[in-house]
Amino acid sequence: MTSLVLLEHDAGGIKQPSRSAVAAATKLGEVHALIAGANVSAAAAAAAKLPGVAKVIVADAPEYDHAMAEPISALIFALAPNYTHLLAATTAVGKNVMPRVAAFLDAQPISDIAEVIDADTFVRPIYAGNGMATVKSSDKIKVITVRAASFDPVPAEGGSATTEPAPAVDLPKNSKFISAELSKSERPELTAARVVISGGRGMQNGDNFKLIEPIADKLGAAVGASRAAVDAGFVPNDYQVGQTGKIVAPELYVAVGISGAIQHLAGMKDSKVIVAINKDEEAPIFQVADYGLVQDLFTALPELAAELEKS
Amino acid sequence: MKILVPVKRVVDYNVKVRVKSDGTGIETAGVKMSMNPFDEIAVEEAVRLKEKGVATEIIAVSMGVPQCSETIRTALAMGADRGILVESDVELQPLAVAKLLKAIAEKEQPKLIILGKQAIDDDMSATGQMLAAFLGWPQGTFASKITIEGDGITVTREVDGGLETVALTLPAIVTTDLRLNEPRYASLPNIMKARKKPIENMKPADLGVDPAPRLTVLKVAEPPKRQAGKKVGSVAELVDKLRNEAKVI
Repeated sequence: MTSLVLLEHDAGGIKQPSRSAVAAATKLGEVHALIAGANVSAAAAAAAKLPGVAKVIVADAPEYDHAMAEPISALIFALAPNYTHLLAATTAVGKNVMPRVAAFLDAQPISDIAEVIDADTFVRPIYAGNGMATVKSSDKIKVITVRAASFDPVPAEGGSATTEPAPAVDLPKNSKFISAELSKSERPELTAARVVISGGRGMQNGDNFKLIEPIADKLGAAVGASRAAVDAGFVPNDYQVGQTGKIVAPELYVAVGISGAIQHLAGMKDSKVIVAINKDEEAPIFQVADYGLVQDLFTALPELAAELEKS
Repeated sequence: MKILVPVKRVVDYNVKVRVKSDGTGIETAGVKMSMNPFDEIAVEEAVRLKEKGVATEIIAVSMGVPQCSETIRTALAMGADRGILVESDVELQPLAVAKLLKAIAEKEQPKLIILGKQAIDDDMSATGQMLAAFLGWPQGTFASKITIEGDGITVTREVDGGLETVALTLPAIVTTDLRLNEPRYASLPNIMKARKKPIENMKPADLGVDPAPRLTVLKVAEPPKRQAGKKVGSVAELVDKLRNEAKVI
């Protein structure tokens, strides 16, 4: 049994969710990795260093830039006959590409797995994490996305894989990348941060998220938000933590002015330590919090910033 | 241009779902059912395109138990023109749904198919992408803005870390993210009018599709529960606990 894992990469190397996907794949046997993009020699070198990866397949062509679903899925489909499992992380790229690959293979994708039971059997969340379904696939080649928060990522260094170029593939020309508008931030990405601080509807407006910033700076934290805060227009959608946003599992998660809707809990309940700050003592968030502080956030946040300055 | 909008009947998003005690699934008996919220956004977007004069006809499709016709009626009340119901006693997984939709698309020849980015029951987030593959069409998933011009559609997508804009040639698939629009409530007169709009019934066999599921659910379990921790009395106490007890800062 050999798996192929689609790796996402940036200037910093192989992205953490992809390293979690590699970790999941190592439970299934030999692992090969796919690096696709334009001018990807550095990323290919980084992929070859991942422990557990035996071979890196490198597709270096302008058409693969920006990880567009149409060309990348055609590429993976061409490579698929050599593999029993095709995997990617459950990210915007993985979710976009992998079901398309599955359709080419006449397979039902297995989305967002949280556990590998055996080669055919996996556990995945349904109903925003309110149920954990154990599912068995009858497809010959399994197409899988991996919930990064459920698998400890393999380290960035320590392996020594061989690399080989991908075969040339006839690619569709019906889609074109125009532009990207990525939020500029000095802070870590939500899914990779050791500490995450999220604001909810209780923040009242987008300006008040500034109260979170000094604390995030002090703790090296990423800033997130509940769906309610996103829906209200306080912050962009890429801040959203929850079943319809990002799934995070940091060492410390601080929920500020978040009531704790099920959909939000689904995105953060695997965090190691959860802190809730909310003036409503009855808020459901307190039922999952390790430490709860019943206090108005507008007094608690400045106090917290000041307290962290001490030490 | 014709627009196809698939709509799924799911447990209402306000319902607190419970795992059945025998571990065979989620309790759905006597539970309120509604249109999948992302599909409402899809219907709304199609209706807006019709109001702008871009779309000429909107076809709402639903699949599964006979009561899915209610979900179609909701779409018709929002402004869709007619419905197609594919009735099936077999559980339909995204692969089968995408194959059925492909057969319908080949018959109806829409220029655009708008779907929700995921259903809030199985959380697969797969049908739109699979349908695009079956039809050989490009896809603009997780859309927060779409603009149609001539033979093309520009889609702004919600991606990790921000937004991405892609240009696709029509016909194309779009899947909706939260901020594409805010769906309207159907007015009473429109609900009445929707009763007269036609819904065509068919079966998977009529479309030449074998709907057999490929994933067998062996069991459904409750997620691991977290224990509620302790309340702290002050910010100073919180920081002290995080430093000296949890040791996370």
